This record gives sequence, C-alpha cells and structure tokens, in this order.
Amino acid sequence: MTLTTSAPSEVKKSSKNKYIAALVAGFLVCATFLHGRATLFLDPSTNTSFHSWLNSISDWITFHRTSNPFLQIVVEGIRSFINGLVTFTQNLISQGSGNRSTPIIGWLGVVAIVVFVTFVISNKKIALLAAAGMTSLGLLGYWTESMQTLALTLGAVVLSLLIGIPVGVLAGIFPRFEKLLMPLLDFSQIMPTFVYLSPVTLFFLIGPASATIVTLIYAIPPVLRITSIALREVSTASVEAGISMGSTKWQMLRKIQVPLAKRTIVVGINQTIMAALSMVTIAALINAPGLGQVVLSSLQQLDVGRSFVAGLGIVILAIVLDRSTTAAAAKVEEKEPTEQSKRIRRITVGISAAITAAAVAISHSVTWAATFPGTGVIGQHLSNGVSSASAWLQDHFSNVTNAMTNIVSYLFINPLQWLLAETPWYIVGFAWIALAAIIGGRRVAVISAICIAGIIGTGLWSDTMVTLASTFVAAFITVILGIVMGVWIGRNKRADSIIRPILDAGQVLPAFVYLVPFLGLFNASRFTAILAAVVYAAPAAIKLAADGIRGVPAGMIEAGIAAGSTPWQMIIKVQLPAARRGIALATNQGLIYVLAMIVVGGLVGGGGLGYLVVDGFSQETYFGKGLAAGLAIVLLGVMLDRISQAVAKKNPLQQG
Amino acid sequence: MTSASPMISVKNLWKVFGSNPDQVIGTELASLTRSELRAKTGNTVAVRDVSFDVAPGEVFVVMGLSGSGKSTLVRCMTRLIEPTAGELHFGNEDVLSVDAKRLRELRRTKFSMVFQHFGLLPHRKVIDNIAYSLEINGVEKDARHARANEVIELVGLQGYGHAYPDQLSGGMQQRVGLARALAVDPEIMFLDEPFSALDPLIRRDMQAEVIRLHHELGKTMVFITHDLAEAVKLGDRIAIMRDGAIVQIGTPEDLVMNPANEYVANFVKEHPKSHVLTIRSIMRTPGTGEELSEIALAPQTTVKDAARSVVGSTRPLRVVENGQVIGIVGHDEILRAIAGTED
Ligand SMILES: Nc1ncnc2c1ncn2[C@@H]1O[C@H](COP(=O)(O)OP(=O)(O)OP(=O)(O)O)[C@@H](O)[C@H]1O
Ligand SMILES: [Mg+2]
Repeated sequence: MTLTTSAPSEVKKSSKNKYIAALVAGFLVCATFLHGRATLFLDPSTNTSFHSWLNSISDWITFHRTSNPFLQIVVEGIRSFINGLVTFTQNLISQGSGNRSTPIIGWLGVVAIVVFVTFVISNKKIALLAAAGMTSLGLLGYWTESMQTLALTLGAVVLSLLIGIPVGVLAGIFPRFEKLLMPLLDFSQIMPTFVYLSPVTLFFLIGPASATIVTLIYAIPPVLRITSIALREVSTASVEAGISMGSTKWQMLRKIQVPLAKRTIVVGINQTIMAALSMVTIAALINAPGLGQVVLSSLQQLDVGRSFVAGLGIVILAIVLDRSTTAAAAKVEEKEPTEQSKRIRRITVGISAAITAAAVAISHSVTWAATFPGTGVIGQHLSNGVSSASAWLQDHFSNVTNAMTNIVSYLFINPLQWLLAETPWYIVGFAWIALAAIIGGRRVAVISAICIAGIIGTGLWSDTMVTLASTFVAAFITVILGIVMGVWIGRNKRADSIIRPILDAGQVLPAFVYLVPFLGLFNASRFTAILAAVVYAAPAAIKLAADGIRGVPAGMIEAGIAAGSTPWQMIIKVQLPAARRGIALATNQGLIYVLAMIVVGGLVGGGGLGYLVVDGFSQETYFGKGLAAGLAIVLLGVMLDRISQAVAKKNPLQQG
Repeated sequence: MTSASPMISVKNLWKVFGSNPDQVIGTELASLTRSELRAKTGNTVAVRDVSFDVAPGEVFVVMGLSGSGKSTLVRCMTRLIEPTAGELHFGNEDVLSVDAKRLRELRRTKFSMVFQHFGLLPHRKVIDNIAYSLEINGVEKDARHARANEVIELVGLQGYGHAYPDQLSGGMQQRVGLARALAVDPEIMFLDEPFSALDPLIRRDMQAEVIRLHHELGKTMVFITHDLAEAVKLGDRIAIMRDGAIVQIGTPEDLVMNPANEYVANFVKEHPKSHVLTIRSIMRTPGTGEELSEIALAPQTTVKDAARSVVGSTRPLRVVENGQVIGIVGHDEILRAIAGTED
C-alpha cells in the first residue's frame, strides 16, 4: 500500500474537521427540538406490508415445493443430497441407524480415530491433547451433542474444501476470475453470521441441510481466499524457473505452485474448520443439533451453568481442531526425514492404525465402548457449581454489576438511543449521508444513501437505530481497548508474546460462547450483549492496533527518542499519529465484529434487529419481519464498513 | 567468429514496457531518450534496437550498469518476456514465431537458463531440482536420476543430491543451478548474472568452473554480468549496453584498447590494459640474424600472461600461429606495452 501525504491534504483535513463539528452541532440542535417526531417506530407485533409480502413468498415456496421445477429439482436436489451426507456422518458417529441404537462408530472408536489422525498430521503432544479433549467431552456428559456438532462440522468442512480449494486455485492463477470473486468474498466477510440464516431456511427449510449451507457460506471464503493468495505468493523466481524449463501450465500447478503453496493452504483449511465450527453452533437457531442447541436453550432459559458446560464443550472441540490443524501446517514445512526415521515412523503409524482399527471394531459392537459410560456427573457438578457461583456473584456483587450496567446504560446507551432512535428519520439520515460525504466523498455518500433508503424500506428504521446505538457503544469500548492494549503489546515484545496467543485463541472461539460468562454476571440486558461484543471484537482490534504501532518506522522512533521525548510523549506524539491507519483499520474491523455480535446479543436481551431475527425463526408470522431485520443488518453493516474504511483510506500515513 | 552460420541471431530487438508499447517503435518517439520517453508517455524502453550474432561455442557476454536492460534482453531471448519488436533465430528456427508447444520443447531441450538468485525449487531435493526438466519431459525416474547424478558430478556436488537447496551455501546452490541447466544437455545456456549474489572468493571459483565446463562441453553461452573483470575473463566477445541499447560489441581487447565512446571508455578505464592487450598487437618483425628464444607463444596471449616468459628469457620470444612465426616479442615491447598502458 503506497500512500502519499502532502501539505494540501492536511489543510483539507482541518476543514473537514470543521465540517464534521458543524454537522454534529446542527444534528444535536435538530435532535433536541424535533425529539420524538417521525421516528418510524414500529410496534414489535406489527408487520408492514413488506414483511407480509416476504411472508407470502415464504408461503409460496412452501406451497410450490413439489410442483415448481426449480424448487423441486435444484433446491430439493441440493437439500436431499446434503441431508444424505449429514445423515451419513450422523449415523457414523452420533446417532443410531437402521436397527442399531448406537452410531456405527462408538465413542472409543471416535477418540481413537481423532487421536490417530492428529498423530499423523501433527505430533504426539497434540495427539495427547486431542485424547484428553475428546474424553472430557464425554465426561462432561455431552458426548452425543459433541458428536452431532462434529458430524455437522466435518460434513460442512469436506464440502467447503471440495469447493473452496479448487475455486481458490483458479482464482490464484486467473487474476480476472479473482477480481470477479472479490466483491462476493468481501461481502461475505462483512455480513454478520446471523443474517445468512433466514434466507437459507426460506429455500432449504429448517434443519441440517440449511445448517450445512449457511456453514458453507461462512466457511468457504477463508480457504478460498487464502488458497488464491498462497498461489499468487509463490515466489516469481520459482515460477520463472519453472517456465524457463518448459513446464506446461498443469505441470507448473502440480509440481511447483501447489507444493509451494501447501503450507499456507493448510492455514486456510484451519480457518475454514474454525469458521465451520463457529457457524454450526450458531445454526442451532435453525435447529441444527449439537452443543449449540444446548447453549441456545440454556441461554434462553438463563441457565448459566448448563450453558457454561456446553460452551466449554464447544471450546474444547475448537481447541482440538485448531491445535491439530495448526500443527499440521507447521509440519508441512518439515523436510523429508532420513530413511531410518522414516522407517520408524512407518512402523509406529502402522501399529497405531491397527490399534485404532481395533478400537473402532470394539466400539461398533461392545456397549461400554459404544456409548460413553456414566451420566456426565462431572458436567452436572460443574454446571451446578457455575450456576451457584453465578448466583452468588449476582447476589453479592449485584450492586457493582448493576452499577456498571446502569452507568453504561444511562451514560452511553440511553442518550445514544435517544439521539438515534428518537430523532426524526430524515434528520438522522441526512446527518449520515452528510458525514459519509465529508469523510468518503461522493461514492460513499451514494452508497450510504442507498443503504438508508433500504433500511427505511425494511420498515425497521427504529430497531436499526437501537442496534446502531449499542453497536456504537460497543465499538467505542472496543477501539479504546484496542488502542490501549495495542499500544502496550505493540511497544512491549514480552507482553506481546504472552497476549497474542490468547487473542489468537479468542478469535477461533464460536461467537456464541462469549455470551455465556456475561450472562452469568450481568443477566440478560443490552449491556450483556455489548460486553460480549467487545470481547468478541477486541482480539482483532487489538492485533490491528498493535501491528499499526509496531509498523511505525524505526527511524521515526529513533528521531523521537533523539529529540528527548518521554515515553508518554512518544506514544501520543509519535506512535499513535503514525499508527493512525492501523488504528483506523482496527476501528473498521471492530465495528464489523461488534455488529455481528450485537445482533447475536438479541438472544440475551440485546433488543433491536437481533431480537427480530431470532423471533423470525421461532414464530411463523414474524418470519418475514426477521428476514427484513436480516436485510437491515446487512445494509447497516455495509454502510458502517464503507464509512469506516473511508476513514482508514483517507488517513494517509505510511505503514511498515 | 563470424564466419560460421550463427547459433543465435538477434535483429532489431525492442522491448518497451508500458501501456501502449507499439506507439513508440518506428515513430519519432523512438528517438527520444529513455527518461524523456518515460516523462512523455509513461513507457520504458528496456531494450532498444539490439542486434548481434553469437557463433556456435562462443561465450557472448552482455555487460552494463544496473537498469541498462541486460535481464530484459536475456528474458526476451528465452521468451520469458515477449519482445515488442524484432527477430530472434536459434540456428534456422524463428524463435519468436514458434507456438507454445514448440517453445516448451525448445526450453526443455535446446536452451536453458541460470538465474541470479538461483531460482531453485525449495520443496525439491537437489537431485529432483536438477532432474526437473527431464521429469516434465516424461523421462523415467531411474533414467533421470542417473543423468542428474552425472551432472552433479560434473559440477562437483557429489554427496549433496539428497540435500534441500536451503541446506546449501550460495555457491553450492548456484552449482545446482548450473547442473540443472546442464542436465538437458542444451546447445545454448543463458546465464543472468549467475555469480553476482556470491562473495568474491566463491565467485572466482565459479568463474573457473564455467571456464572449465565451457572447455569440456563447448556450449554456446550468453552470459550477463556487470563486472568487467568477469566479462573479460569469460567472454570471447562482450557487448556493452546502456539505456537498453548496445553501444559497442567487441573482443575484450577491442573494448579496452579502442572504446567506441566516452561511456565505454569510462567503463573500461580502471581495467589494467595488460590483462586484455594481446601480443599480436605489440609484436614486431624479427631483425635479420636476431637470435630468438626456443619458447613460442600464441598471438592471442595477453601481455600480462606473456610478461613472465619474456622477462625470464634473455632473447625475444617467437609468436607462432598455424606453425608459422608471425612476429616476435622482447623486453622492449613488453615494457613499452605495460608502461604505455598503465596510465
Ligand atoms: N516488468 C517491467 N515493467 C516495467 N519496467 C520494467 C520491467 N522490467 C524491467 N523494467 C525496466 O526496464 C529497465 C531495464 O531493466 P533490467 O532488469 O533489464 O535491467 P538490468 O540491466 O538487468 O539491471 P540489473 O543489473 O539491476 O539486473 C529498467 O529501467 C527497469 O525499470
Ligand atoms: Mg538484471
């Protein structure tokens, strides 16, 4: 990224700030005097004609499912294919089939296979971790649910890789094809996971097929994108050497580009697996079986203990999957070992394969190896413990937690909501478009105007503003946290080496589990949703901010030190301004992540659009409304993304 | 060298980088300098109207400062880059008009390339790097490994066949590069600054290696360098490039003794002339009844190489070509040559 900075843009910037100040002042004046008018408030139980129209589409599809050729052949074809696949994986590890009451492979067999595979693709240590992790799933009492999640995840991962890798390879070697895909990939990245759900169920009904498809939508982009990047990043020296020796395109691909890109592609596979796991748990909202179901139902019943234990199960699955594929990526780099160590390895792999096969066979027919023994007492105890701990905390610290909730609510959320949701729509809309124009120019302003018109069209303007208020508060906290932590770990290598792995781990956890601890502390409220969103978005924001700080050229820092700056002056006057771009990027990503999580917070009293989406799944009359809420979320996301990206682009400061 | 029909023939070759390269050649824009053209149209002339022939078995060196277009020229000759205009023949074959399939064939059998940064494939062992061309040409594993082992021996890498490139030093890696280029037994080798990334001592070894290989195998070579000493050491003829154009082609002695212009003169002025001056150009006819040494020298011997024998002898030495004495050199000639040229 080459950026230029020049004196005129500085001049422009200060006049820009003046415009923004004037805009804010004008907005506040209008908001005060026109308060409560033209807010486009829609009663929760009311459907607009647009919502009813969406409902009628849904009805039409239901009605014509067996008569319309497209629905019958394409949609039902895909649905039954995926259902078949899911049923197969479920029969394999999580449910009985035919006249069997237990899955084809019992728990012992599954544990053995997982350990064997992790051993082969990574190493002994990770295999042990996998063994411990898998067994603990059973001990927690959620073996079957874990296997349901795993089966769904694996099915989706297999399909994702079958689609994502070849398409990624094509995108990697044909730049034009890549250009065509880019907007789609970008879009899928800013789209909150929540909103895929209803449109997919519209066609594929509620159930495993829809769960798998939404997971595909979410999980294909990472591996696709990374595969194409990996191919393009193969050094030109290697490519040129290959051409100069007379390789055909196919030979180049097979013998040079793919082998050299392999390691990075495995990183992409890792991301796809983590994305799939995350989405499979969220797909509980559309009736995907598994741990997500448990978390969801206990969240809705405010059963903190149970949601904690099931959430822990998800975390354990995530760790096992992440560690083993990360280690596998590292292993790809290893050069072929000596003949002797190869032989030893062949023997150990052979023996472990035999043991695994035996374990699978036993688990197929012997009861103790088929069904995980015990009743999950450990999980029960843990659940009770957490519930009482949460109750105790809420009892004894309710003044603290209530105070926090109240301070944030009265100081930030309510005033913002007052401003955004209770000011006439034309004032808020105009302010947005004007802001977009000042920051991003005409293009961004036009996009914002379209988004605003669209949001009004969904009939959910007021709910959107409620969501926006929470999003702002969470994003604000996230960015502050991002900057503070980013400065800290950006300046301190030791801190970085400790914090970064935690952040990395945080990023692979499915969004759902973030709700659990805050629910335990703060009960169901907007504040809970905001905290979960902050924790969910913080890792990305902190890392980007830290990278921005670290990217400040050494020469600049030396000049600062040479001029006799104190550390504080260094941060304020040199590093932060120079890292402005990184911080702007952190803000952009923070907003996108926060929005995704704020809507999930609809489950725990977050209100706004998220609540409507959830409601749409459970009540048929509000299906259309939920769909419209999803659309509003997308429009809001696009608008926030464009404007905040414009900030990042308009901050012309060098990086790295 | 020009008598036999040439192995490589380059005629009026151009390479213009930029959005609209065709607008340059054959118009008045072509006469602009590189920087003027870039300022005016945004195009860069990397190779400008280059013509030369290379005889079979000749080592043809292309020399010039960084950015003078050497790499672009050699990439055009291997069609890693498509030239904008011009002709290129290897023997009778019009290389620029062959289709993709024939071009691959040529690359697999007729010519090969050695890169400045080696261009080895990091995921393949040394032996499989070397056997790559044979592999993609469908040669069976045993046969190609046998051939690879032959060239491994030839470049002195015995015992390293099963190492990976990043386990070798730079000099050894470039030996792999050389071996890989030799594996297909090509007629022509293109070497683009093959030793620039190596330190001086290793570089000298590798130069000796190339001289030895050339001696043993007699390949036609196009060798790119920006180091005059290297050019003089290896080149039968040297072409000097500046801003994409060739400013002079000649033997090392031609360039040093008769630089075509200030630019070439500047280039060669640091070079000791006794290293390139041959005794052919300083010999005299023997006086009548003059007593001569028994020692005979070839006329292309450089003054530097001749000096020791001449000084070690009390009588002048004979210069012999095709069994005929064509002149003699004595102390005076050598001294005058060294004195006259060392300023
Ligand atoms: N792909 C390209 N696109 C545009 N300009 C290029 C490209 N490749 C080379 N050039 C330009 O062509 C000119 C010649 O470059 P070239 O690499 O051939 O020089 P060189 O003599 O090999 O230099 P060096 O000794 O540094 O390797 C340079 O001005 C360079 O900037
Ligand atoms: Mg070059």
